[in-house]
Amino acid sequence: MQHKVIDTKDVVIRFAGDSGDGMQLTGSLFADMSAIYGNGLSTFPDYPAEIRAPHGTVSGVSGFQVHIGSDKVTTPGDFCDLLVAMNPAALKANAKWCKPTAMILVDDDAFDEAGMDKAGFKTANPFEELKVEDRTIIVAPITTLTLESLKDSGLDQKAMLKCKNMFTLGMACYIYSRPMEYIFQYLERKFAKKHPEVIAPNKKVLTDGFNYAANIQAIPNTYTVEPSPKKKGTYRNITGNQATAWGLLAASEKSHLPLFCGSYPITPATAILEELAIHKELGAKTLQAEDEIAGVCTAIGAAYAGNLAVTTTSGPGLSLKSEALGLAVITELPLVVVDVQRAGPSTGIPTKTEQTDLNQALYGRNGECPMPIVAAHSPAHCFDAAFNAAKIALEHMTPVMLLSEGFLGNGSEPWLIPSMSDYPEINPPYAKSLPEDGKFKPFERDPETLVRKWAVPGQKGFEHRVGGLEKNHNGVISSDPANHELMVAEREEKVLRIANSIPELEVDGEKSGKLLVVGWGGTYGHILSAVTAARAAGMEVSFAHFDYIKPLPKNTTEVFKSFDKILVCELNSGQFAAYLRNIYPEMNFVQCNKVQGQPFLVQEIVESISKNL
Amino acid sequence: MANLTFKDFKSDQEVRWCPGCGDHAVLAALQRALPRVSQALNYDLERYVVVSGIGCSSRLPYYMNTYGFHSIHGRATAISTGVKVANPNLTVWQACGDGDALAIGGNHFIHAIRRNIDINIILFNNQIYGLTKGQYSPTSKLGAITKTSPYGTVEQPFTPGSLVLGAKGTFFARSLDVELKLNEEIMTQAALHDGTSVMEMLTNCVIFNDGTHKAISDPAVRADRTIVLRHGEKMIFGKNRDKGLVLDGMGLRAVTIGENGITEDDILVHDAHSEAVGIHMMLADMKGPDLPVALGVIRDVKAMTYDDGVRDQVKDVTVKSKIHCMDELLHSGSTWTVE
Repeated sequence: MQHKVIDTKDVVIRFAGDSGDGMQLTGSLFADMSAIYGNGLSTFPDYPAEIRAPHGTVSGVSGFQVHIGSDKVTTPGDFCDLLVAMNPAALKANAKWCKPTAMILVDDDAFDEAGMDKAGFKTANPFEELKVEDRTIIVAPITTLTLESLKDSGLDQKAMLKCKNMFTLGMACYIYSRPMEYIFQYLERKFAKKHPEVIAPNKKVLTDGFNYAANIQAIPNTYTVEPSPKKKGTYRNITGNQATAWGLLAASEKSHLPLFCGSYPITPATAILEELAIHKELGAKTLQAEDEIAGVCTAIGAAYAGNLAVTTTSGPGLSLKSEALGLAVITELPLVVVDVQRAGPSTGIPTKTEQTDLNQALYGRNGECPMPIVAAHSPAHCFDAAFNAAKIALEHMTPVMLLSEGFLGNGSEPWLIPSMSDYPEINPPYAKSLPEDGKFKPFERDPETLVRKWAVPGQKGFEHRVGGLEKNHNGVISSDPANHELMVAEREEKVLRIANSIPELEVDGEKSGKLLVVGWGGTYGHILSAVTAARAAGMEVSFAHFDYIKPLPKNTTEVFKSFDKILVCELNSGQFAAYLRNIYPEMNFVQCNKVQGQPFLVQEIVESISKNL
Repeated sequence: MANLTFKDFKSDQEVRWCPGCGDHAVLAALQRALPRVSQALNYDLERYVVVSGIGCSSRLPYYMNTYGFHSIHGRATAISTGVKVANPNLTVWQACGDGDALAIGGNHFIHAIRRNIDINIILFNNQIYGLTKGQYSPTSKLGAITKTSPYGTVEQPFTPGSLVLGAKGTFFARSLDVELKLNEEIMTQAALHDGTSVMEMLTNCVIFNDGTHKAISDPAVRADRTIVLRHGEKMIFGKNRDKGLVLDGMGLRAVTIGENGITEDDILVHDAHSEAVGIHMMLADMKGPDLPVALGVIRDVKAMTYDDGVRDQVKDVTVKSKIHCMDELLHSGSTWTVE
């Protein structure tokens, strides 16, 4: 067989195995290594809610998809070029994601009768049963080879079996011509202190996997994905949750206010609290509260006491925080609420992504209770989105909702590290002087922005009371009907006027035409890829993505009225579309929706574009 | 030196509690205690934050001329926690009722105590929901007839003191609304205590639960049915100061000095600073007819506070870390450079 090395623009690899097989680590290592190599990349961890679901079953399959490219890649890819399946269940759960030209690499040792039974195969040939027998199938006895590789390592059987994923990673490195030095360095760093004894065995298994793949004749072709020249600068790989935490820390630095995060652990938002807990050196205080309500209420207390206050959560936690958010709205205190959305309702599918909390963010509180809403559109963009959310909160004296998604929080991408000198200072409207009568009026407003002044306890002469009861501008409790209506209107108008300080909506493509595709949040990469593909196929289509949902950018009306039809793509049943219809009843909105706990496939959006042209 | 008086703590807001409500007296005691606290600790007015939840007693912050936060039902303790941890220089007082702190806010209440956050909680216990017009609360006596228990309650009430001590409380005091002097004394001691100080004030609701504490508060019987505990003093009570408490087997017993060979030497001495919680628990649980209800500071022990712990950790990590600003954080760990 003639071996060929094929240079390609991009490839998608899906690592799948039992939830204890280390597939998340394998995938992350492959991604990090490719990032350092200079490839564009996007990752998508797809794992079950159970920590260790029943061994060998389809429900226990954990997957990690990596998309690497010569240029920037914007999605983790719809279908894969290589599927690594560590057991029959992983094959069964993931075969549908294989391209017609895909390679499938399986651990033959796991495909015994017991394994096949647990995965629910009815015949002896799983590939035929799944109708993937025409793919390039590489059957390697990975478990046996790993044990053989490590027989002199001194590790016990259990520890040796844990290295199976490294053998697989070594094989993948051969197939895609990856340099392994980076992984070696990573292993040295990670295990140097606690388990130096596992460094050498892991390196050996990796190398043996690489050499095994090179020696067998089963792999017809190998591939290179060469990095293309990139913008100069220093890069790092970053997940959305880490970027969110760092964006908040950046806002703390630029506002010269200590960060306080009151939160309760919840999937998939917990990593933000964990990340902030590490960075006490930047003055961040984290309080792991007794429940979600205490998370937001401690944050509100911290806001009152003059900190940059944050609470992080996911959908069910946001439901619990609703009443307290009303308190933050009526007291007009700065607070950032991060909702890393997951599939609902109720507990739903905790580890799967969705955009179904938009209605809750917009309307999920009692009374007339407006909150600005900012949405992050990619893992790295979480940094800017979090920074901007904090800036709005502090400068406009309001709680702000930052919508992220499980897909963004857990996903990662390379990021050109910014310089903090490129970020603006954050200037909260501190109360500086008292009126003639010597009494601070907490709800007197700036005539232009309608923002109130912030007097922080400890400031002499500005003693005042805030609370959940309606007040007049002087801060005195009032149930006067006209005053209530005025305060309701002013709180709403204050939020709407934030539009004067956010960027305008940008249109990708022609500024007018038949069809404008619109999205918000984490669907950005998929929509961008779809629009690009649609144009390549000759379709005339423009694209606008919303990072700000409430208020909408000032030029939204102008953008919308230049198109005959607006296609709103979102991972829910049409919540943003309904919001837009409510604001622009005269315009023609159509929808592209998906509520499966999974991101869009690019082709799904392309089909919807095509149908609507 | 802060030289504040009663008047400095009085706001210009009209006090809207019912005439005869026990809350008036507790407010007056607080407004008298805080100048003393300010004197002792050199605290200025702007350093005080008074937080409350929802209920009759939670209106208290509006009547104090300090920074104040009237929050939502049950959450005062969480708000106070955030205020104190965010800015440990502030001195935080909290007003909450039995429904607010022990029903809807029970979780926050026990966890603040467990963490030993340096806040001062005044728990107004009138054994009824007053603001919603007369439903039973978690401290209503078994069998209490209220609007939501027309045939009497069938549930046991909490004893707030045992809840506080069970949650590893470091300071617990109890008093009656009418004991103005004692309350001033208790509040001053609470302020001096580092950690969560819980002061249970047995208050009378004239409208919906009038006389609920009458069995011990009635001036005719008060001296015989309550005992005021002070650290280092003998546990002696009674109109004639002739009754006392002794240990009897595993429990406490009230005795009369001069009867059955009992002398003053046999009477226990109150040790509020004792780490062991057993006797404090017994004191907090005492009730008639055999034993007097304990008033005064029952427990006051030293322990690390959460807010100090957080502050020290931030300091400690800051000194040790190589990262001192965002730019350094952004470039930490694995990065690569494109030339």
